[in-house]
Amino acid sequence: MIPTPLPFETDLHEMEHSLARLEAAHGDADELKRVRYELNALKKATYARLSPWDTVLVARHPNRPQTCDYIDTLFDEFVELHGDRAFGDDRAIRTGFARLDGIKVMLVGHQKGKTLAERQQCFYGCAHPEGYRKALSKMKLAAKFRVPVVCLIDTPGAYPGIGAEERGQSQLIATSILEMSQLPTPVVCVVIGEGGSGGALGIGVGDRVSMLQHAYYSVISPEGCAGILWKVADDKTKPRAAEALKLTADHLLRHGVIDDIIPEPLGGAHRQPKEMANTLRAHLVRQLRELADVPVPDLLQRRYEKFRKMGPYLEQ
Amino acid sequence: MSSMSQLDRPSKRGIPEGLWLRCPTCRATVFKKDVESRLNVCPECDHHFPVSARRRLDQLLDENSFEEWDATLKPMDPLGFVDDKPYAQRILDQQKKTGMNDAAVCGAGFIRGRGVVIGITDFAFMAGSMGAVVGEKLSRAAERATEQRRPLIFVSGSGGGARMQEGILSLMQMAKVSAALARYHAAGGLYVCILTHPTMGGVAASWAFQGDVTIAEPKAMIGFAGARTIKNTIRLELPDGFQTSEFLLKHGFVDRVVHRRDIRTEVSRLIDYCDIR
Repeated sequence: MIPTPLPFETDLHEMEHSLARLEAAHGDADELKRVRYELNALKKATYARLSPWDTVLVARHPNRPQTCDYIDTLFDEFVELHGDRAFGDDRAIRTGFARLDGIKVMLVGHQKGKTLAERQQCFYGCAHPEGYRKALSKMKLAAKFRVPVVCLIDTPGAYPGIGAEERGQSQLIATSILEMSQLPTPVVCVVIGEGGSGGALGIGVGDRVSMLQHAYYSVISPEGCAGILWKVADDKTKPRAAEALKLTADHLLRHGVIDDIIPEPLGGAHRQPKEMANTLRAHLVRQLRELADVPVPDLLQRRYEKFRKMGPYLEQ
Repeated sequence: MSSMSQLDRPSKRGIPEGLWLRCPTCRATVFKKDVESRLNVCPECDHHFPVSARRRLDQLLDENSFEEWDATLKPMDPLGFVDDKPYAQRILDQQKKTGMNDAAVCGAGFIRGRGVVIGITDFAFMAGSMGAVVGEKLSRAAERATEQRRPLIFVSGSGGGARMQEGILSLMQMAKVSAALARYHAAGGLYVCILTHPTMGGVAASWAFQGDVTIAEPKAMIGFAGARTIKNTIRLELPDGFQTSEFLLKHGFVDRVVHRRDIRTEVSRLIDYCDIR
């Protein structure tokens, strides 16, 4: 399947189509080889020079694998646990027991949706307070039985709406962040697509925090930032804002906010979702194994220190 | 100081210098001295004017009891952030305007004889937004309150939430301060948060809503998402009184809405109720 093209990959898209046509027509083997080679070179070149705004677009690509795709491809089993025991079952955050490579985990992940109906159902991945309440209650359940937690972050931000405010969006995110910092079980977080501000951090306090290569993680969306700084979010200001915010994985690694960058398949996760799932799986297994034997007090101490030292300042 | 004359220099709070003030709520023209003598509250309608961190300390703490901590911490510009002016320049301008190094003032003091650790964010400095310095000072305050086993009082006046100009590092301050507060709570300390106008975004979604008791001044704007963002998302008009202290009280997210003149009394009473010695 050829993914929906992004503005910066028109050439790439064209070549993918001609390759598909050639393959369908069982074209000349040498010709096929040549086109494949060229396509690979073009993918490499295109994805090696993504601007920060391009990265945002890749992170939001409609074909990019989401939590539910990873549930199908990466985990061996998933037992979904619904509901926050107070208000409802927020579909923007999925929670449940899962297994990978024989390791039991509690999976918590944003889901944005693929079809229009699904997107509307999960508010495009924007969780309400009940989503964070649900996430936290399942994490506590996991901690009770020393099951590690895996959080897959992929949200434009927590939902900005009347109901969300009435039901305490700030309160629930604040509580989640506070409790996650002390959760007595290993917590592994990966930003798989969009790391949208407080909505991302609400399930983002962990012993290890990583990002997929073309994911972004930011204090504010480029649109929001552009709106504040230049009054309008348009094709000129959004890229400027994305640039200024330093929201790409390499910047976050440099600033010590994330521990690892997980490489994506050539041309982005949306081109090879299976390969992406395998890489992510290997990454999660490695991190979960590393953390499995760390005594809880050490784990919590290291988690504390990890966040405690973030953010530079001058002191005379 | 700048070359501007004393006459046309705007005040730190954006209110014209002079003897009179116009109340934005009741539109009455009120004598500035009267307002100041009433803890910056309108004598006509009880509108709560913004208060600088320094004045807030004077209003809350026993006279001359404040001992400031970490006053020398200064912000950096880790991203090299530039909008219409570089962040590094913006910091210098804000420091000059407010006489503060950054938006938070922290330290120890007494409220009616009860020893407390206190932290305040001042709206005048970049809308009270939280960057690395604010995060560090509040975290240290929480850590020292844990060591000294003193009640902890934070006063939020942060319209900006997390400070955009420090990017993702300011978002991480939410986790940093929260982690310090989690330890403080685990050690059994009393944390009272006083929400003042405005408390929004990343500050609301972290330390402002992690108190044992949450108090709000009347009619403060408090919430997660900005009203404009919400309007643009849902394309509906927002109800009257949306995201005010009273709205949060009604929906169960603040314990008490308290007039500024009563905060000292209320906080000391809470401290007495929660004193287990």
